[in-house]
Amino acid sequence: MAKISFILNGEEVSVEADPLKRLLDVLREDFEALGVKEGCGEGECGACSVILDGKLVNSCMVPLGAAEGADIVTPEGLRETEKGKVIVESFADTGAVQCGFCTPGMMMAAEALLEKNNNPDESEIREALSGNLCRCTGYDLIVKGVKVSAERGKDLW
Amino acid sequence: MNDEIRKSVRRVDAVAKASGLAKYISDYNFGDILYARLVRSTRPRAKIISITVPELPDGYYYVDHRDIPEKGKNRIQMIKDDWKVFAEDEVRYVGETIALLIGPDREKLLSLLSEIKISYEDQEPAYTIEEGLACKGGAIVGDDNIYGEYNLVKGDPDTAFNNAARVIEGTYRTGFQEHLYMEPQGMVGTWEGGRVNIYASAQCPYYIQKSVSGALGVEGKEVRIKQVTTGGAFGGKEHFPDVIAVPLAVAVNKIKKPVELIFDRIEDISYTCKRHPSRITIKTALDKENNITGMTIDTVINGGGYESSTLIVLQRALLHGIGVYNIPNAHVRGRAVATNTFPSDAYRGFGAPQGLYAIEMHMSQVAKELGMFPADFKRKYFIKNGDMTITNATMKDTVKLEEMFAAADEMSGYSKKIREYKDDPYKGIGISFVNHGGGFTGNGEQEIIKGVVKMKRTGENSAALYVSNVEMGQGLQTVLRKIAAKELGLNYTDIEYDNPDTDIVPDSGPTVASRSTMVVGYLIQECAKKLKTKWDEGVGAEAEHHYKHPSEFKWDQDTLQGDAYPTYGWGINVVEVEMDKDTYEVKTTGIWTVFDVGIPMDDTIMYGQVSGGVVQGLGYASIEKCEVLDGKFRQHTMADYVIPTSVDFPQIKNRFIDNPYKYGPSGAKGAGELVFDAAAPAYADAVQQLAGKNIYDIPVTPEMIMGLEE
Ligand code: FES
Ligand code: FES
Repeated sequence: MAKISFILNGEEVSVEADPLKRLLDVLREDFEALGVKEGCGEGECGACSVILDGKLVNSCMVPLGAAEGADIVTPEGLRETEKGKVIVESFADTGAVQCGFCTPGMMMAAEALLEKNNNPDESEIREALSGNLCRCTGYDLIVKGVKVSAERGKDLW
Repeated sequence: MNDEIRKSVRRVDAVAKASGLAKYISDYNFGDILYARLVRSTRPRAKIISITVPELPDGYYYVDHRDIPEKGKNRIQMIKDDWKVFAEDEVRYVGETIALLIGPDREKLLSLLSEIKISYEDQEPAYTIEEGLACKGGAIVGDDNIYGEYNLVKGDPDTAFNNAARVIEGTYRTGFQEHLYMEPQGMVGTWEGGRVNIYASAQCPYYIQKSVSGALGVEGKEVRIKQVTTGGAFGGKEHFPDVIAVPLAVAVNKIKKPVELIFDRIEDISYTCKRHPSRITIKTALDKENNITGMTIDTVINGGGYESSTLIVLQRALLHGIGVYNIPNAHVRGRAVATNTFPSDAYRGFGAPQGLYAIEMHMSQVAKELGMFPADFKRKYFIKNGDMTITNATMKDTVKLEEMFAAADEMSGYSKKIREYKDDPYKGIGISFVNHGGGFTGNGEQEIIKGVVKMKRTGENSAALYVSNVEMGQGLQTVLRKIAAKELGLNYTDIEYDNPDTDIVPDSGPTVASRSTMVVGYLIQECAKKLKTKWDEGVGAEAEHHYKHPSEFKWDQDTLQGDAYPTYGWGINVVEVEMDKDTYEVKTTGIWTVFDVGIPMDDTIMYGQVSGGVVQGLGYASIEKCEVLDGKFRQHTMADYVIPTSVDFPQIKNRFIDNPYKYGPSGAKGAGELVFDAAAPAYADAVQQLAGKNIYDIPVTPEMIMGLEE
């Protein structure tokens, strides 16, 4: 057991836990960040995506210890921001959401991309989403959702 | 009117799902919960000699067949009830449920699990279709390992073959396919109101109710099933949830406490049903002028250790076995064989993709033998309205394949490219033509399902609809609302439609077989008309509507003769590929699709179905390999069972051709499976065009292509 402190969605938090506990479990169990989904638990699907110090990571592959002092954003935080709202609305308007299990992770991937590149073309979007699996949509409408997010949010990113 | 309903709206569930607010089964908090682990067979085929369970600490439970109530039955009541809830003295596949181990601490459970010792007397297993047919190790089922056999005959195929100038033959194989819904299987059982309640990620609440009540020996209504937001299913949550819901219910019935049973991904890939592997041999008889005079199709599918719904899957494979063609004399034979693999079960398409893959590849190969391009040849045999089908009824659809082909050709440049790439070993273009019968086969909607829907006026300008069909990603919660709203003159957001709860909704049937929009949607449309006439009775006015099979469609289930489906969706896929000279990696450079789904109930939702279905089909064709090694699925993690990512396939260009169906809501037909069916044969055809060699099996891997060259 160790006390680990980090910034979660803009707030300083800390937790007493095994530093080897998966960040995914800490976020879901200790902070009720239920938008962080477990699709595989092996770093393959991206459903558990969060942004850690500006980088998109699979939280199932991050031990809690590695989060000490980090700045972490989950779907719970992103959806409250202007940027997050643009992404959610754009995804909804383009039909990017089907079963929805991959979608919060896709939203994180979209945000991570747009922070770096606010006017991505189709292949850049596809590349940026390639670590996030979706079994329902075939990706076309998610790609469109990101494109529309970039257009609508061009003053935000 | 039709233009109005097809206009895209924002899905009712989109914002909650995108922002992470939607609650899936693992997001619920049931308070003091116990966790369950399945005690599974590690042997493909064996007698159980003894089971030693360690002494369990307080609060831990071991639940097995002895816990099934006396009035119940150790059988899962699926289409066939041969599958046991808990194995007793024998096991037929690796992963078969022997018991449940339950307790409050997950780590402790795992260590207790490893202390359970089971001794087996191993028997020789059969894994493949060939081993099953040869009764390797002795028959598993009956004396021949055959779950069932059907024969469909049209015309006089024997004479056609006796008089044939030439016969062309091919054998086509498809493998297991994993659903890989993003949310693994999961459910929670509780003891509330003095009975078992199951909260499940599932397609068919009433299937679970039937299985659970049957095993417990109680009336259906004595168990309650509530569907929770479901993270994808594709058929994988059609029957398989019964396989875990029933043991879970037996456990809850015994210990009267909430128990959670949620699979992790490795468990999910290792121990859930897959698509049936198939081996299909097709022979075509040609006369001197190279006209097809007859065809025989011999289909075998691998059912695995228990039958469950295998024979219904087989029927669909046969009924779609001859594809979109009118062949004057034909014999379609089908058998389902028992083996010691995990039982195969429902997967988007339900047998049709296997049959359609084989016939499409075969027709392309016959074309090549005759020196023709595939589309030119196939088009000569397109079935038309009034032609005789393989079940000796007339085709009642207006078939628009020619119009659809013209659209596909115009969009893709197929006819030009197939000629251009003829001698190019690195570029290819493939085409496939399919149809898919909507709803249950024959009169199943009338005889088996008997769907009922209910509606109620709930406010000044609002109504609720009550159906047992679920949203699983396909957009049903939005589409059914649109259908109801249109009749009532309301906004679709004014219609309430909750995840079904068997205490509240009538049984409108399972969410399967591309029936929910076409069949249930039509019931809703008709029910809404009734409610409209009662609208002035005020808030609380109710209406109910029951399925009635249109009298012009006749069917005999014993002989499988008549109108196999009241209508079909139709599809054409064109896939263009390039191959790397050195690595034999195939890159898809273009995908064009044309579908007749009657009238799309929402253009965007339908496009989402097309894109998702086609990409899933392209995965099946190219990269989704799933083999059995020593009775286990060799690919059992997401790292080795790979599915398409966002960079694997280019954007799909799609067009819908309108062709309204009289008994579909606003003309809609079934679509959810149709959109899967055509992709694999189009892809494999594209590769065989560039390779200049026939392809028989999918997935088409670089190694396979390399093998063709040698
Ligand atoms: S759950 Fe973390 S990558 Fe799949
Ligand atoms: S929407 Fe279902 S997995 Fe992406």
